[in-house]
Amino acid sequence: MSSVPLSAYLVTALLLFCMGLYGALTKRNAVIVLISIELMLNAVNLNLVAFAKYGVGASIRGQVFSLFTITVAAAEAAVGLAILIALYRNRATVNVDEMNTLKK
Amino acid sequence: MTGELLVFIVLFLITITGGLLMLNLTKVIHMMMALVLTFLGIAGFYIMLSAEFVAVVQILIYSGAITIIMLFGIMLTKHTEAEPKTGWAKKGVVFTGIVLFFLIMFKGIRTISLGPQADDLHVNNTEQIGIMLYTDYVIPFELVSVVLLVALVGAVVLAKKDEKDEKEGEQS
Repeated sequence: MSSVPLSAYLVTALLLFCMGLYGALTKRNAVIVLISIELMLNAVNLNLVAFAKYGVGASIRGQVFSLFTITVAAAEAAVGLAILIALYRNRATVNVDEMNTLKK
Repeated sequence: MTGELLVFIVLFLITITGGLLMLNLTKVIHMMMALVLTFLGIAGFYIMLSAEFVAVVQILIYSGAITIIMLFGIMLTKHTEAEPKTGWAKKGVVFTGIVLFFLIMFKGIRTISLGPQADDLHVNNTEQIGIMLYTDYVIPFELVSVVLLVALVGAVVLAKKDEKDEKEGEQS
């Protein structure tokens, strides 16, 4: 019935995950690092929903789990941004290379 | 059935273009806007996978809320006009590692096929999710509400100005 196989969705999610990982590791701006992590979480969600339709014992559970993941990701974004604002107030920078007080 | 493949290819291009633009643009706001494209493409994938409710939630939370909150974060902090460049050596190492990771995973999932697909997901999709949430997953559901509450209070406490700082600011 379907012409798009499961592996196509998985490869899309893999590409998104790799781009998110690359952004999180190489970008200097803390906001962009945060949003790259969101991109990686999105790739995971895509896998969950794909397995909910094509996986072993496919059922609606995968979609429920992806909803939980979205909730936790939203909480993570809010807390991460609050930490970023507090850090900016103290250090006046959003460059992740300058956030090294614990290292000194 | 080629229609489904066509839609998939269009959504794939939209999603990947958004991600590549995010990696290559220089201004932070533009990167954020490129990611909205990716989030919308993923919502399209969810609709193709007969997950309508998750698709709408994706558009609301990601394209709406998280984008706005990140834009606030960008506007409340000061940015240099262009992103400072990372050294080529570090970029090369990270890129090589990620390409290796990609190739290994790709070899694993290229031909994967896990039996028949579920064909009743689109029937009353939201109702099915609601029933599942309030029967099998009641305790995780309630715990998630606690997580959200803690995140809300924690974010307010973290982003609030210290009272000590305020008093010192008034005196000086």
